Amino acid sequence: MRFTTRHTAAFLAGLLLAIAIIPGTQERPRAQEHPARIISVVPALTETLFAIGAGDAVVGVGTFDKHPPEVATRTHVGGLLDPDMERIFALRPDLVVFYGSQQDQIKQMSRAGIETFTYAHGGIDDTLSVIRRLGTRVGRASEATRLTNAIDTQIANVRARLAGRDRPRVLLVFGRQPGSLGNIYASGGAGFLHDMLEAAAGRNVLADVSRESIQLSSEAILTAAPEVIVELTYDDLMTEDTQAAEIAVWDRLSSVPAVRNKRVHLLLGNQFVQPGPRMGDSIEAIARTLHPEAF
Amino acid sequence: MREATATLPALRPVSAGDLRRRIWLVQVGFGALAVAACIGAPLVGPTTISLRQVFDTTIPFGQNVDAQIFFIARLPRAFAGALVGGSLAAAGVVLQALLRNPLATPFTLGVSAGASLGAMLVITLGVPFTALRSAAVPVASFAGALGALAIVYFLATMRRQGLSTLVLLLAGVTLNSLFSAIILFVQYLADPAQTLQSVRWVMGNLDIGSYRPILWALGPMGLAFVAFARLPRALNLLTLGADSAAVRGINVLRTQRVAFLSASLATGAAVAVGGPIGFIGIIVPHLVRLLVGDDHRLVLPASIGLGAAFLVVCDVAARTVLSPMELPVGVITAMLGGPFFLWLLVRNR
Repeated sequence: MRFTTRHTAAFLAGLLLAIAIIPGTQERPRAQEHPARIISVVPALTETLFAIGAGDAVVGVGTFDKHPPEVATRTHVGGLLDPDMERIFALRPDLVVFYGSQQDQIKQMSRAGIETFTYAHGGIDDTLSVIRRLGTRVGRASEATRLTNAIDTQIANVRARLAGRDRPRVLLVFGRQPGSLGNIYASGGAGFLHDMLEAAAGRNVLADVSRESIQLSSEAILTAAPEVIVELTYDDLMTEDTQAAEIAVWDRLSSVPAVRNKRVHLLLGNQFVQPGPRMGDSIEAIARTLHPEAF
Repeated sequence: MREATATLPALRPVSAGDLRRRIWLVQVGFGALAVAACIGAPLVGPTTISLRQVFDTTIPFGQNVDAQIFFIARLPRAFAGALVGGSLAAAGVVLQALLRNPLATPFTLGVSAGASLGAMLVITLGVPFTALRSAAVPVASFAGALGALAIVYFLATMRRQGLSTLVLLLAGVTLNSLFSAIILFVQYLADPAQTLQSVRWVMGNLDIGSYRPILWALGPMGLAFVAFARLPRALNLLTLGADSAAVRGINVLRTQRVAFLSASLATGAAVAVGGPIGFIGIIVPHLVRLLVGDDHRLVLPASIGLGAAFLVVCDVAARTVLSPMELPVGVITAMLGGPFFLWLLVRNR
């Protein structure tokens, strides 16, 4: 027998050595002060990068990124659950923005020597600090501060305008089975949706439940008796007929003050559920819905 | 516990009068259990309501919160739970006998996967007609169930004369996998919000908020139950094998057809109302066999009653335990039913 155990061992050792050396010999962009090739799979932060003037450096975006329109011209690399690592490597990024939960991908990047920026969402303050942190990381600190200051001012203006007004009791819904009252998801008393609602001078009927997301039964809605129901939907292409039909679904719960007083409102667009540069606009839109007489 | 339906022991000889009395007892007993669950369930919940106010006609319904909690949030759920639970349990009994396989469930033959695919498509792609919107998901899932039923039935009957239970089983299981793959693909392409909704749909939910889905489901379910009522004797003989059944004067092909179509119809309607709520179709029939023996004249009515009562109780837990949060009822049926069934299994050894 020609091939002995020794041969096999030598072959394996060689293979291991090759695996160990190859990545080291490959030419790779070095981590720089200002990344020139950025990939972001987080829609809110992709939008932020464009808003703070780092859009030109963005080479790859997440599959669900829709805003700003320029993202359509960038390479799509998957999303939260299915980032396409091969495509990400092929784009030779020097900074990749991931969700904090994408630990496997973050580890792969670190093995390949590619820097990552991780995102975990929280309340309004967390969102603003993430924007500033990202700005600093990509060399756009002053632009980021300018953006967060603008959002802060916008929020302060809304608060000032609505100061002293009655704060209606609001149910903030962000998911529901179309055409029915099944599988309703609403914002609890934590996270940016709750913060946005409070900033828009609404009182969250689920403020006592310290969770970001709660699946509600219709009994819970009848008991909570909100004065206004605001429903956020991603689908910004929904026709008026469909919108009317979806609002009419709530008519079944006619003892709920919001239903009785025709105060069930749909707000269309993904900006409401992606806390980013348009957060100030979103808060203003919610405020206009809750307090139309103040604007 | 007796090992399997496939190796059912010969039915113990009992006098006709004795048997009639037992059937009557089982029907009344398990029927009463289901009725008690339906009456009791709307009285229980996270909110304390006053029955006097619920039935107080001087307050307009639109302003009567207690009445709305009772009639919108609780009563339809109890009815839906009873219908879905009874249907799934009965379908389980019938399919276990038809396929002579104790592991058969209402979801074995691809019907629920077809229903799920229909629901997923509507949830992710949207509804083409606004008029259909309020019924879109149940209608689409029932259509999916019928589609799957037609495919499996066609495959099982095309090759040779008669209906091959082996082909039925293989075609059903394959269709299940195929549909599951398509479902995953559709979910993969969907927005995260739609994916959340479709994943949640699969966990089952009886919060239907109105009586309309129940009324629609009554049609196919009623048809199926009429068929079920005529099946038990034939199923008893069918479990001994097609040949023995034929020798004893059973029209095997006709029985198999009726069994398959009625079980599938009941399953399709149940899934359209409540989503694919698991475990009932397998646990309840076996539980009932432990309690009343193997005669389908007892097993079928008892399973319908127990399945109904069990799902109604599980749904009370779903809307109460973590209130105001809603728990997926499919999770509860498995978590309550699984350990209880295992305990019975061990105890009876």
